[in-house]
Amino acid sequence: MFDKSISELHSLLHKKELSVSELVQSSFDRINSVENKVKAFMTLNEEGAMQAAKSLDDKLGTEDARGLLFGLPIGVKDNIVTKGLRTTAASQLLGNFEPLHNATVVERLQTAETVTVGKLNMDEFAMGSSNENSGFYATRNPWNTDYVPGGSSGGSAAAVAAGEVFFSLGSDTGGSIRQPAAFCGVVGLKPTYGRVSRFGLIAFASSLDQIGPITNTVEDNAYLLQTLAGHDKMDSTSANVDVPDYLSNLTGDVKGLRIAVPKEYLAEGVDEDVKNKVLAALKKLEELGATWEEVSLPHSKYAVATYYLLSSSEASANLARFDGVRYGVRAEADNLLDVYKKTRSEGFGEEVKRRIMLGTFALSSGYYDAYYKKAQKVRTLIKNDFEKVFEDYDVIIGPTTPTPAFKVGEKIDNPLTMYANDILTIPVNLAGVPAISVPCGLSDGLPVGLQIIGKHFDEKTVYRVAHAYEQATDHHKAKPEL
Amino acid sequence: MNFETIIGLEVHSELKTNTKIFCNCSTNFGAPPNTNVCPICLGHPGVLPVMNEQAVDFAMRAAMALNCEIAEDTKFDRKNYFYPDNPKAYQISQYDKPIGENGWIDIEVNGKTKRIGITRLHLEEDAGKLTHVDGENHSLVDFNRQGTPLVEIVSEPDIRTPEEAYAYLEKLKAILQYTEVSDCKMEEGSLRCDANLSLRPYGQEEFGTKTELKNLNSFANVHKGLQYEEIRQEKELLAGNVIGQETRRYDEAGKKTILMRVKEGSDDYRYFPEPDLVRLSIDQAWMDRVRNDIPELPDARRERYVNKYDLPEYDANVLTQSKKMSDFFEVAIEQGADPKQASNWLMGEVSAYLNANYKEIDEVALTPEGLGKLIALIDEGTISSKIAKKVFKDLIEKGGDPEQIVKDKGLVQISDEGELRKIVTGILDENEQSIEDYKNGKDRALGFLVGQVMKATKGKANPPMVNKLIVEEMDKR
Repeated sequence: MFDKSISELHSLLHKKELSVSELVQSSFDRINSVENKVKAFMTLNEEGAMQAAKSLDDKLGTEDARGLLFGLPIGVKDNIVTKGLRTTAASQLLGNFEPLHNATVVERLQTAETVTVGKLNMDEFAMGSSNENSGFYATRNPWNTDYVPGGSSGGSAAAVAAGEVFFSLGSDTGGSIRQPAAFCGVVGLKPTYGRVSRFGLIAFASSLDQIGPITNTVEDNAYLLQTLAGHDKMDSTSANVDVPDYLSNLTGDVKGLRIAVPKEYLAEGVDEDVKNKVLAALKKLEELGATWEEVSLPHSKYAVATYYLLSSSEASANLARFDGVRYGVRAEADNLLDVYKKTRSEGFGEEVKRRIMLGTFALSSGYYDAYYKKAQKVRTLIKNDFEKVFEDYDVIIGPTTPTPAFKVGEKIDNPLTMYANDILTIPVNLAGVPAISVPCGLSDGLPVGLQIIGKHFDEKTVYRVAHAYEQATDHHKAKPEL
Repeated sequence: MNFETIIGLEVHSELKTNTKIFCNCSTNFGAPPNTNVCPICLGHPGVLPVMNEQAVDFAMRAAMALNCEIAEDTKFDRKNYFYPDNPKAYQISQYDKPIGENGWIDIEVNGKTKRIGITRLHLEEDAGKLTHVDGENHSLVDFNRQGTPLVEIVSEPDIRTPEEAYAYLEKLKAILQYTEVSDCKMEEGSLRCDANLSLRPYGQEEFGTKTELKNLNSFANVHKGLQYEEIRQEKELLAGNVIGQETRRYDEAGKKTILMRVKEGSDDYRYFPEPDLVRLSIDQAWMDRVRNDIPELPDARRERYVNKYDLPEYDANVLTQSKKMSDFFEVAIEQGADPKQASNWLMGEVSAYLNANYKEIDEVALTPEGLGKLIALIDEGTISSKIAKKVFKDLIEKGGDPEQIVKDKGLVQISDEGELRKIVTGILDENEQSIEDYKNGKDRALGFLVGQVMKATKGKANPPMVNKLIVEEMDKR
């Protein structure tokens, strides 16, 4: 069942060969059989989902059930608020938090009549690259449960890879959709900054965060983005730019496409096998009629430092509201200051506290110019690097991550090596451009991701290239055995 | 004083937009606690602010009325601090790109005009309201006010006396009311003021250490607080002590300032650009639109009163101090009242009543039409000005039509010569002594006789006529 694409499922539902209830039930059956190994979910919405499925079944076959996503079960990352459905951002501090409203993307999915089966595990407040920073438990990689699924949208990627849901929502601040998609062998897109509304996304770094889809195939991904994308008056940073038809371009044709390959993306530190998989993918695209050349993104080497200064600075303010006064888990103490201190000391995990301290420091008077302001300037240089390359090329291609998934526990004690894992995804967020990760083969049984980066608001071309590559290879058909 | 006093004022004024600055909640004052709230103003996880364009318009309007330069490129910043009245733990404010800068207003003190510079005007969100419950181990917070748009107006340290500070506040309040961007009600917290004061020896360039005064809940208390602080600092300095950089609050009961906290360095609010809001580009068309919406300001109105209605400068000044009073005056003369007489009534009887009863002109029953008619009744000679005061009391307390009141109460002036002459003759018959006194050159006797006639007619006699008739009748005797 979970090998099926969105359009296949749509057709099964409409031929009445399958009911929404059966489909949603099959999702919960799969969850019941593999979840103890994968631990992708934070909260299940079984009762609500089955109820919704039943009412959708009444509509099935009528005029009202036209949408392609109608009746399909979906998982939502736990930093996206869902009205009345517990939303923790994988933080103990929000362990009891039930939102009063839906995120805009959740509203759009409801309009499209998908069924939310549950909320997906993640690194606490989306800070991490392995899911080991979840305040509750770590999600495991379905390909090998000794390995991490990546992060921070580890639950979102693992749930799709494990066949628990057909697709899911993730969020990407420095690679948090693409890196876990690469590690779990699924398709993950970080849209252009401003393409998808952030209203209802629990903010980590507001100027970098984007919500995006994680799916089995490029076509499914495009279907989902079609539903999510577009201006939202509740988010001033969502762009008032027309949403094109993402499906119409999935022709398999990449003739004449100009590909740039940054030498920094195949440099030292990138695993040999990963490099070879990417070169093989480029060769495949060449066979399909594209050309590629080596280029340089000279300021990429500053990206990780820039990112950690800016994202931590924004996070230090974004996370300040979690004080236990109005919602969340409050630690009792004798006076206000102690309530703040105890609530935050006990409620936040180590990594979150580390970044709040880093960001608070970077914004402090006397250090602001040297850190935050300087980082903003470097961010502009990094963005300019991309724009310059895009004057001559249609897409930029490289690996999504320097290595395949690493072992649970391997990097958790050394934050800097963990941060370095995002070296190839971070520049994309700083530049605000869209990028997708698609599977490009297995290395020692673990998936490798190919990253395709596009121009601002040119997800259409990104999808066209990703789809052409996917259809010319079988990598997306490989599934983990659980 | 042995020192020169330097005062700077920081005024916060709530803008009377229909909805809050970043969400659609109402800004109404006085709703039950925590009813004008939503996830956005409560700072729930995942929410985002969206700028209320009317708030930007109002801030621009205020900045223009204060002669500020308007920023073509402006942005918002986060000011970080933990406090329970601040649900996001940061306030969205403006740090280095305020909407308005380099403005000024002219104030008048002791007949002299002085220009006070305005450093900046910026737009920000108001915080919730905390109530500390006596004897309890908790405080209460009401978020109705959270997210109400606020402008902060910072003056240059151009103010030299508490009187100038008072005049500055009066003028600032008048301008904000005239521009119709704020109610400026200190008692409801829609206008708040902090004051900085320092002393320096005459002739010295650099400023002395300043103290900041808070809890100034009326203009009168700003004045008193500054007066106290000025003397306190002088005493300290003369005693050879050093002024500490302190925040002090004005204690109304004790009529003194009390130390709240000592400031060590400046607070670090870790300002940085608000990533959830886009920068604002204010183009000429936007500025023109806002500028065209600015109603006539007090200075322009004052000038018009002098030129068009021939009012004395003094009258024009007093009338335009409050927009409500000035608007009242305008309607009264539109209805045909004589400008000078309307002015006399407003500055005299009306103001006296309002001050005695702590009321504003729109909180009493008197209408501009009522006042205009009252003045007309005096002009026509229907009632005397003395009777008019009786009618006025009714008008301001109960309202109604002055003509009807005069009729119902039988207050019509007696101007019939025959009738009056009879009364005068009667009074003269009873007061032989006064006639003699008058003839012996005691003018006071005439006044006494007039008074007797007024008493006999219950004040309804036409006074000039009474005067004339008494003199005529006495001459006959």
